[in-house]
Amino acid sequence: MDLLEVKDLTVGFNQNGEKFLAAENISFTLKKGEILGIVGESGSGKSVTALSILGLLPYPKAFHSPQSSIKFHGEELINNSRLPKLRGSKISFIFQEPLSSLNPLHKIGRQIAEMIMQHQNLSKEAAQKETLNLLKLTGIPNARQKMDAYPHQLSGGQRQRVMIAMAIANKPEILIADEPTTALDVTIQAQVVDLLINLQKKMGMAIIFISHDLQLVKKIADKIIVMKNGKLIESGTTGNIFSSPENNYTKELISSFNPLKNVKKENNEIVLEVKNLSVKFPTSFNFWGKPKTFFTAVNKVSFSLNRGQTLGIVGESGSGKSTLALAVSRLIPYEGKIFLKGKEIKYNNKNKELRRKVQIVFQDPFNSLNPRMSAAEIIGEGLLVHFPDLTEKERLEKIMKVLKEVGLSNETVNKYPHEFSGGQRQRIAIARALIVEPEILILDEPTSALDVTIQIQILKLLQQIQKERNIAYVFISHNMQAIKSLSDTIAVMKDGHFIEKAPADEVFEHPKEKYTRELIKASL
Amino acid sequence: MKCLNKVFKRLSPLNQRRLFAFWQNKRAAYSLIIFLIVFLLTLLAEFLANDKPLLVRYKGSFYYPLFQTYTDKDFGGDFPTAADYKDAFLQQNINENGWMVMPLIPFSFNTVDYELEEPAPAAPDAKHWLGTDDEGRDILARILYGLRLSIFFAFTLTFFSSVIGIFAGAVQGYFGGKIDIFFQRFMEIWESLPQLFILIIVASIFVPGFWSLLIILLFFSWMNLTGVVRAEFLRTRNFEFVMAAKALGVSDFRIIYKHILPNAVTAALSFLPFILSEAIVALTALDFLGLGLPHDYPSLGDLVRQGKDNLQAPWIGITIFIVLSSLLSLLIFIGEGVRDAFDSRKNA
Repeated sequence: MDLLEVKDLTVGFNQNGEKFLAAENISFTLKKGEILGIVGESGSGKSVTALSILGLLPYPKAFHSPQSSIKFHGEELINNSRLPKLRGSKISFIFQEPLSSLNPLHKIGRQIAEMIMQHQNLSKEAAQKETLNLLKLTGIPNARQKMDAYPHQLSGGQRQRVMIAMAIANKPEILIADEPTTALDVTIQAQVVDLLINLQKKMGMAIIFISHDLQLVKKIADKIIVMKNGKLIESGTTGNIFSSPENNYTKELISSFNPLKNVKKENNEIVLEVKNLSVKFPTSFNFWGKPKTFFTAVNKVSFSLNRGQTLGIVGESGSGKSTLALAVSRLIPYEGKIFLKGKEIKYNNKNKELRRKVQIVFQDPFNSLNPRMSAAEIIGEGLLVHFPDLTEKERLEKIMKVLKEVGLSNETVNKYPHEFSGGQRQRIAIARALIVEPEILILDEPTSALDVTIQIQILKLLQQIQKERNIAYVFISHNMQAIKSLSDTIAVMKDGHFIEKAPADEVFEHPKEKYTRELIKASL
Repeated sequence: MKCLNKVFKRLSPLNQRRLFAFWQNKRAAYSLIIFLIVFLLTLLAEFLANDKPLLVRYKGSFYYPLFQTYTDKDFGGDFPTAADYKDAFLQQNINENGWMVMPLIPFSFNTVDYELEEPAPAAPDAKHWLGTDDEGRDILARILYGLRLSIFFAFTLTFFSSVIGIFAGAVQGYFGGKIDIFFQRFMEIWESLPQLFILIIVASIFVPGFWSLLIILLFFSWMNLTGVVRAEFLRTRNFEFVMAAKALGVSDFRIIYKHILPNAVTAALSFLPFILSEAIVALTALDFLGLGLPHDYPSLGDLVRQGKDNLQAPWIGITIFIVLSSLLSLLIFIGEGVRDAFDSRKNA
């Protein structure tokens, strides 16, 4: 008998009297000790599928169709009053965001011990001993001291290890991991996946690994199901899925890993030069309000950028790359010098022309567009500032032209941001920057909030725009694949420094720094 | 209804959802309807409660005493003074030569009924449905006019204090830094001034009227919204769309006006009903203490004071208690509805 058998699972939600289905007719089985990967983009229904196994959906707002069935050891789980007993003991769950899943006011040792005592009849001392063992098992350094730490004192990777320790505390038969690595940095992601594989081998449990990252799933899963828009569109063993995908969408997902070809272009005209740029944030003040100590987010960074070329800046969260982007766009105060075409520009220079030449595209397309302005208003705003002499008609023509360039249709002009998908929003953000004809475009993680297939589309669009307009890019990302597809030069950033800077091929083929090697390894 | 539907369709979906959420809260929706009806009635107070007839037919021609002042002479009297339609001789004269239609309540807020059969305050009877106050004036008429005055005062006060408060909060939140710190300290000092004592002092220097009282109350009430708007601005100014606008070189004024304000004001909007009710309470309290509007205004606070002074006439106290508490409850219920409608967590 299969350990878990999901058959015709349909999950729906009642919203303001309307019903909508988040997952439809999902069927799969899980054997003992097997690792199943569920792959899909945001909104594909993979999380609700996993949550229904443990009955963690907001019932009665959520509902299942009558023929839905989830059997664990042959026992029906839907509407089973024994579920709370199974949760955390036989089937356990790891969530995406470890910080919000841990109680900030309790020491982690206590939180894990509580989990053990809840389901096993152990004394406090025994539970604590078990906790220590579990923490050691997850490979957390200084396990004994860490038991007395509060969640905020741990790093993201360590917190996720604590979550894993809690999840395996009662030797579950199934471990469900819902995007367990998405909130973590790339190098940490690889470590967490390795840990899960090791634990699976040691304890022989089955794992359901949910991710939008097919590559990560490939590493860990024995078999994979691919979901899209609430439907299961393909399932099979990992080998089969990758060697002979049947569905077009699956093919698209897999091919999105082959990095786009980066067309080389030669140009020696320097458009942007940055010398010894530092950004400091005050951390404490004296009595008179003068800052006493500083946190240096960007530390003496220098680079130069040729017309039509791309500098890729790669680094993990907290490395200072976004701060650098804001400083180069002169949106926050900095120390050091920035030269635009050989002329130095100061932070508080009010010259409009200088503003026009450097534009920025942000990471989160949901935050970067004013929800109360239509697409035309958003894109056209730059024209009002820099080309105030245009008539209404000329302005609209320009907006239409740039919309076409970023691949949006004319009808979109009067729509509001919430009517667009993430990818379309990012196209609008790019259009807003392009319409004022900048010479330098700063791209601060423009693809990382998007689904994989959309990411590729945006990267292609950026390549095309660069070719046609000959704009220089500063492209910031934590994703090595994305960096590779666009950059001529790559700078690796860590703790505010450029620790390595070289032509793109050289960085990938002969990385000098250990950290760079780790990054590249984690991305493959 | 079709026209309303059209307007509704033109709203952004966010506002449609808010309107829908407000309507879902039945208590708030009914409160709003009742409040609007009451407010409409008070707007028509002149036609409902007045000591002048609505229409007079006298010797073959029509007279409109509500809109025009006629003298005694016009209706066959001897004096060139304004006609007193309560006068028995005049009434008799008109009725012999035509007819006249009196309003439902034939007393205005300041009409003293000299024909009372008992000493004022008189108990409710067929003539004075809610009785009279201690000067022989009809309580129902005074409440109608008093409600209108209070609501009107509250709206005006709320409007001006919102404009000032939002402006102050916007400047503080957008520019931040030194301006913000300086302003915050200033507000803390300002807030700690004893409002009541200042009012007492001011009231002893000159007799407050509608507008002067409004300005004095405005001195303190503008701070209601400043905090909220400031916080919203502090939050919104770090949004990426504001950064993007700055990178485009958009001017500060345009960023405040076009990008931040519309996003920040919604939070302030949900406070308005509460500020309204606060303003009504403030005016009533001042009138009660005798520091508010002069004697010849129809004020609710004055009725409260009369209720306290004339415990032997419980109809005054009971009436004004019911009127005030229902008015304030209505406003609070509406406020709750608005607050729920703007709560993004509730209707996400």
